[in-house]
Amino acid sequence: MKLVDHFQYGLNSPICLTWELTYACNLACVHCLSSSGRRDPRELTTAEAKGVIDELQRMQVFYVNIGGGEPTVRPDFWELLDYAVGHDVGVKFSTNGIKLDEKRARQLAAADYVDVQISLDGATAEINDHVRGPGSFATAIRALENLAAAGFGQPKISVVMTRQNVDQLDEFATIADRFGAQLRITRLRPSGRGADVWDELHPTAAQQRQLYDWLVAHGDKVLTGDSFFHLSAYGEALPGLNLCGAGRVVCLIDPVGDVYACPFAIHENFLAGNVRSPGGFEQVWRQSELFTQLRQPQTGGACRSCGFYDSCQGGCMAAKFFTGLPLDGPDPECVRGFGEQALAARDADTLVPRSDVDHSRSAPRNSRGPVPVQIGMPDRADGPQVRPDRACETSPLAGMPGDASDSRLRVPVAGG
Amino acid sequence: MGAQEAAGAVFDPDRAYRCSPRVALRPEPFGALVYHFGTRRLSFLKTPQLVDVVCGLEQHDSVHAAIDAAAIEEAQRPAYLRALAGLAANGTIEERS
Repeated sequence: MKLVDHFQYGLNSPICLTWELTYACNLACVHCLSSSGRRDPRELTTAEAKGVIDELQRMQVFYVNIGGGEPTVRPDFWELLDYAVGHDVGVKFSTNGIKLDEKRARQLAAADYVDVQISLDGATAEINDHVRGPGSFATAIRALENLAAAGFGQPKISVVMTRQNVDQLDEFATIADRFGAQLRITRLRPSGRGADVWDELHPTAAQQRQLYDWLVAHGDKVLTGDSFFHLSAYGEALPGLNLCGAGRVVCLIDPVGDVYACPFAIHENFLAGNVRSPGGFEQVWRQSELFTQLRQPQTGGACRSCGFYDSCQGGCMAAKFFTGLPLDGPDPECVRGFGEQALAARDADTLVPRSDVDHSRSAPRNSRGPVPVQIGMPDRADGPQVRPDRACETSPLAGMPGDASDSRLRVPVAGG
Repeated sequence: MGAQEAAGAVFDPDRAYRCSPRVALRPEPFGALVYHFGTRRLSFLKTPQLVDVVCGLEQHDSVHAAIDAAAIEEAQRPAYLRALAGLAANGTIEERS
């Protein structure tokens, strides 16, 4: 059996998992995959979070991707970071940079097993702040400056690819070089508040091709969280794991301890259990009904007859689910255009699911008008208005292959 | 990459090696997941036999002896040596004195 087949049937422990420590966030990004904003009063306590770390150590989960919300606004964030690292659970955390002052930057530079990922969704303040909120570009750049000054080795700059920033790929690479950082780009999903802006922000078909070509040319230097495997149907497979790892090799623990199949699937249909229940996380990972079901052989459904099914595996489960498409059909961004056809075929009776987990602030903390930015798409000027916003975190997906965090699969091949 | 440069020396299967003390192996149905705490890289040992060889290195005075001890078919030896050379290059295994 090939390695990738083993992955489909699930592993003893996740290869990497995303852990969102809090739904609280100082920003309110329009595409926040977890609809973060307000802290949830049921958040795991410090002691409970340490219990989860102990369990991850026992299960040999060697690193976690920590996100939120904005994880650094948790008062015990630094304590939990030290605790995890001290228990052989390496940490990569995603942040908008709000707490990364000179002192914290020096502390991080002195720590082992910690990766820092700064979220930036535009190579210019104009593009970035349109999505992440006024001042967020400056905050991220300041954090990168502080890390560089402290000698922190290679932070990541994490970019969610949108219709507005695909053309900035080279500029993102330049920014990364400037700060000795590594660029990480991931796919925009219609998850959380992302559902509200997906229609206007997800890359066009032409941009997807552009992105694929760029990845083929530069993929060795760029991390992707393996989130673009649906683009492999263009031809050459992209580096990394071309497979949806949800519930098989990755999962999400949310701030209240709920375990979901993946960070982009915060919805009761993908809820496997809670770390507070008897048996804890290990029991959820190894025994939950949902994960057991996800580890069954996939049939391919409507995509079965497609010659590219082996390349894209039908794409992203969350992208289909939150656009109202059937899970066994094409991805909404299917490179052959079947997704667009399926989207067009939706009618008034089509139920587009929404998550009932929403910690967005009902009113912005400060009243700002939308930042005027118009890139392309003049025909959509009358479309839905992008809300002003704040921040949160996009999180890594399926880290398989790779680097500490996004692994780039390195498979020594022996014995076939 | 740092580990590769650090490893520097050419892989020599007549010498004694060991699994790096900074590496952890997690048993999985396919073999093992490898994590290097220094480079923070994940990799995979694709067969249980390769796991046996890697874990056995410490007990033998050469890589060849460890391969013999794991009862690897002779025809497979070149493939195993290639895999082990790769593991030496990325710091998963290292020469010991």
